[in-house]
Amino acid sequence: MTSAADVPTSRLSPLHERHQAAGALFTDFAGWTMPVRYSSDLAEHHAVRTAAGLFDLSHMAEIRVTGPDAPAFLDYALAGRLSAVAHGQAKYSLLLTEAGGIIDDVVVYRLGDEDYLVVANAANRTEAVRAFEERSARFDATVTDISDAVALLAVQGPASRAVLEAVPDLTGVDLGSLGYYRSVVARFNGHPVLIARTGYTGEDGFELYIAADAAGGLWDNLLAEGVGLVPAGLASRDTLRLEAGMPLYGHELSTSTFPAQAGLGRVVDLAKPGDFVGRAASEAGPAADAPVLVGLVSEGRRAGRAGYPVRAADGDAQAVGVVTSGALSPTLGHPVMMAYVAPEVAEPGTRLSVDVRGTLVPAEVAPLPFYRRQK
Amino acid sequence: MTEQESLQYTAEHEWVRVDGDTATIGITAYAANKLGDVVFVDLPQAGADVTAGTVIGEIESTKSVGEIFAPVDGSVVEVNDAVVASPELVNSDPFGAGWLVRVSFTALPTLLSHAEYAALTAE
Repeated sequence: MTSAADVPTSRLSPLHERHQAAGALFTDFAGWTMPVRYSSDLAEHHAVRTAAGLFDLSHMAEIRVTGPDAPAFLDYALAGRLSAVAHGQAKYSLLLTEAGGIIDDVVVYRLGDEDYLVVANAANRTEAVRAFEERSARFDATVTDISDAVALLAVQGPASRAVLEAVPDLTGVDLGSLGYYRSVVARFNGHPVLIARTGYTGEDGFELYIAADAAGGLWDNLLAEGVGLVPAGLASRDTLRLEAGMPLYGHELSTSTFPAQAGLGRVVDLAKPGDFVGRAASEAGPAADAPVLVGLVSEGRRAGRAGYPVRAADGDAQAVGVVTSGALSPTLGHPVMMAYVAPEVAEPGTRLSVDVRGTLVPAEVAPLPFYRRQK
Repeated sequence: MTEQESLQYTAEHEWVRVDGDTATIGITAYAANKLGDVVFVDLPQAGADVTAGTVIGEIESTKSVGEIFAPVDGSVVEVNDAVVASPELVNSDPFGAGWLVRVSFTALPTLLSHAEYAALTAE
């Protein structure tokens, strides 16, 4: 594991000292030194499923898109119809290559007629900003990378609304009326904070965007006032999103992946008027025999991990697919995996096997998500 | 000296407790902490011959897999069934109840002292 001292060029979150004080173990993630856990991966995972967890996601990229042509520009630059998104609404979308592959998956918040906030993965920040800048050339729209000025905190879990409501200095928002994938600009001690009912865990939760220099006060208040709230790191974040069947860029998504292969065909709005980057390739779609993303479940305790081959049930040497993410599910108690497999073995119920470091473990195709919260 | 100071260590983050011609082996708290919550331990069979420096088992956590290396040539005399049943013992008591295997040996190679191991893991 690297420490900040070993990697002088690694970025630090505005909350870094607080993580150190809390005893966090750090990892390098996309050039940032971020907490992987504070106490125990399992305890943090269970806290999110039963109470609430607090994540520091300040490494993520925030890109402001403004100007009279902002809606039309985003319709061209992204796969979805961003011009149809209402004020205060958010939309999951994909940044495609001309060849129809995925540069990044993003969440876009519409803040005004000519004002959008695009949130991209830390690892793809440079590529995303470059793509947006290039694609904006013929539009009256401005692309601004505001990532370094913005901190992002996420409160996720069934108690997350109660946690936020317990912070007296968080004002200007009626959380009960904030629907899923909606956002509002509230205030924390005089600082504007964008609060969105979005998340990456499969639980109810909120993501809070605030100026980096105000993030510490918000973090402290949430932990002080939020009963049952625990800080949670990237390790638990990964097992939570995996159980919820959510793709992770670099595992399930890449420039070699068509959205349709990942079950995200509906994110590409072919019916929107006008051209968009990747339209022709998206209309043609992937080859008929292109691998498709499935869920796999198995018994025992050993999960296939990213890169492990998927084979037929009889262990035939010819691989029929590859695991992209896998873990022993803390909530479900058995291994869960996502994998790309040949379409002919993608039907739920199909019996396959996963090559776990030389041992063939029987597995079965299962629909995603593996876990759904009680409503 | 403390219990931990009386043990010997390997560069692969294992501790070794020597009693006559038997070595009890486990992983250190440093290694357990890096691994995170241990969910599965794969150990060799009692009676198996082991060769120093080779992989004899695996310790798997939610996030990663660590290999268990034999620090000596010899044969496995006992395997810790308790840790197989409750892998979390590796995290809660890595130097005690979380021990992994006992190996009988004829010759003990040079291992690291506690001070040398501490220097290795100083951050």
